[in-house]
Amino acid sequence: MKKILTSLALIGLVAAGTGAIAAEEAHNAAAPTRFPINEPKEMSWSFAGPFGTYDKAQLQRGLKVYKEVCSACHSMNLVAFRTLSDLGYSDAQIKTLAAGYTIHDGPNDAGDMFDRPGKPSDHFPAPFANEQAAAASNGGAAPPDMSLLAKARGVERGFPQFVFDIFTQYAQGGPDYIHSLLTGYDQTPPAGMVIPEGTHYNPYFMSGVSLKMPKPLSDGQVTYDDGSPQTVDQYSRDVAAFLMWAAEPHMEDRKKTGFRVLVFLLLFGALVYLTKRKVWEGVAH
Amino acid sequence: MSEGHSTYTPKTGLGRWFDARMPLPRLVYDSFVAYPVPRNLNYAWTFGGILSIMLVAQILTGIVLAMHYTADTNLAFDSVEKIMRDVNSGWLLRYLHSNGASFFFVAVYIHIFRGLYYGSYKAPRELLWILGCIIYLLMMATGFMGYVLPWGQMSFWGATVITGFFSAIPLVGDWIQQLLLGGFAVDNPTLNRFFSLHYLLPFMIAGVVVLHVWALHVVGQSNPTGIEVKSKTDTVAFTPYATIKDAFGMIVFLFFFAYFVFYLPNYLGHPDNYTVANPLKTPAHIVPEWYFLPFYAILRAITFNVGPINSKLGGVLCMFGAIAMLFLVPWLDTSKVRSAVYRPWYKLFFWLFVADAILLGWLGSQPAEGSFVFMAQMATLFYFAFFLIALPVLGLIETPRRLPNSITEAVLEKNKGGSGHPAGATAAPETKG
Repeated sequence: MKKILTSLALIGLVAAGTGAIAAEEAHNAAAPTRFPINEPKEMSWSFAGPFGTYDKAQLQRGLKVYKEVCSACHSMNLVAFRTLSDLGYSDAQIKTLAAGYTIHDGPNDAGDMFDRPGKPSDHFPAPFANEQAAAASNGGAAPPDMSLLAKARGVERGFPQFVFDIFTQYAQGGPDYIHSLLTGYDQTPPAGMVIPEGTHYNPYFMSGVSLKMPKPLSDGQVTYDDGSPQTVDQYSRDVAAFLMWAAEPHMEDRKKTGFRVLVFLLLFGALVYLTKRKVWEGVAH
Repeated sequence: MSEGHSTYTPKTGLGRWFDARMPLPRLVYDSFVAYPVPRNLNYAWTFGGILSIMLVAQILTGIVLAMHYTADTNLAFDSVEKIMRDVNSGWLLRYLHSNGASFFFVAVYIHIFRGLYYGSYKAPRELLWILGCIIYLLMMATGFMGYVLPWGQMSFWGATVITGFFSAIPLVGDWIQQLLLGGFAVDNPTLNRFFSLHYLLPFMIAGVVVLHVWALHVVGQSNPTGIEVKSKTDTVAFTPYATIKDAFGMIVFLFFFAYFVFYLPNYLGHPDNYTVANPLKTPAHIVPEWYFLPFYAILRAITFNVGPINSKLGGVLCMFGAIAMLFLVPWLDTSKVRSAVYRPWYKLFFWLFVADAILLGWLGSQPAEGSFVFMAQMATLFYFAFFLIALPVLGLIETPRRLPNSITEAVLEKNKGGSGHPAGATAAPETKG
């Protein structure tokens, strides 16, 4: 055991040393080479940790933000209306919500395409007919589909943080990033930094100094009816939580099952260990 | 170890009838019940059993996943998401399978390092070791192709980069690459053949595992002392002794596995793989799965040309050479003593090698620029020096510690020493039974 600890310490030292060398590399504020410029802010999320659950009221608010703001440009192709029951909506409410959308369907018996009101089994319709249309309307880059965004984004945590993350069960890189990005506009770039035409400076953007998406949210833009603050910060949290649900709808089930599995393995393991001791009793090994 | 005389006696008439015609129960009894194992095996020896349940688990979850998966570039990504969202317990199957691949590699790396530490590859176990290396190679091919199937960004670009290695081979390189891809670039034919091979290879692994276990049962297990079994007192019966110890090892391993499956299912993956593959958009950093990172670091460490070998070919040669080293280990090691327990210098170099492998893994995940390149070159140099210099030379110059005469003597010596802890260490005396 002591040997293992010594070797682990050695490994740690070597790794820490190399990390320090890497961190020493020149840092020029006007021409950064590593992105994002600012690390995402770590927020506290109801769904974090081993017993985390989604806050239904928050998801409903997040859905409202998505519907009223994001959905103008971002599709959410993988999410069906019927799954909104996870957010606490009744079947009747989901039917009404789905009927509020127009779905392009067909061909019918006459061979024609037609429009009809949405049904719970439909998915959220995309704002653009195809990716080319989406790109053409958005300065050449199609806005990404939002179904999996909360799992498809995440800033690399680096050593030694990624080791600690195992113990803290940090799996909120996506929502943290989304929240930071949405609240990261309106900042003045450092003197001398070149911001390409048609893009917007955001020190939390992970692929460069600026992005094509203009600041999407402003205070008071979406009306909440549950008394939650109508601020960019609150909107960003809510929509990030909603996107986490959209990306990982079975998370609550997963964590609940996981707890049972671990408890079972712990008890079973204890019994097997005692049996093992009994079996090996008197056999020097 | 001797052939061993079968002691199986069927108890029922049906059993005797069966045994006379096809002695399958006898084979199972002789291999997994009466089979003698050294009495001093530690928990590092439970990883063989752990690996076999991981293989079975991967095959079972994989077969069900294949029922819902569609190998078509336009449908693959969405079919995986359908599994995650709509298939009953589909999220569980997929997370078990994707994390299962990682934990399969965790177990195999511990298994391989255990073999290196205790000299398990030395005569007469060379073939056993080489069969293990073949399993490892097949696992790498299977893991790589499996990662392509969800058709995310890393699937696509990982496949592009890794199949690109083959084009570095002189004369036949382009031909091999096109054969692998089914075209000039990663596309639908690639996905289809990878799916087919990803389904085939695990069964080939299972076949080689049978050979591996067969070879093991001929030569017998090595043990922490590295001394061959000499008498019956050196061994215990596989069942119940090894069975119950393996079972406990498996449960502990499954606990760690479950922790990741249920709480950190995407920790070992890359976020980019939740974005559908786009051949027109290269990710900022293309990184393979974590278990390939040390080899990826070696590949990228070769940034210079050596004579007629350009840096690309040099990198590919070093990468494959790094794996080939494992095959040569039985003949590179010149030591008469098997176990590192009795080899102070080898023990030091072994742990340095472990640290080096982990360092290479970390470097593989970092961009190949600045000081990382130099570090990767040094780490690569040490990697090869371990095999090509340390293994042969240490065996010749090292003075091993005194070896016990037998396993039994070693065990008794250890137990005697165990009761005489220094005063400070006896706060929690070991209780037996």
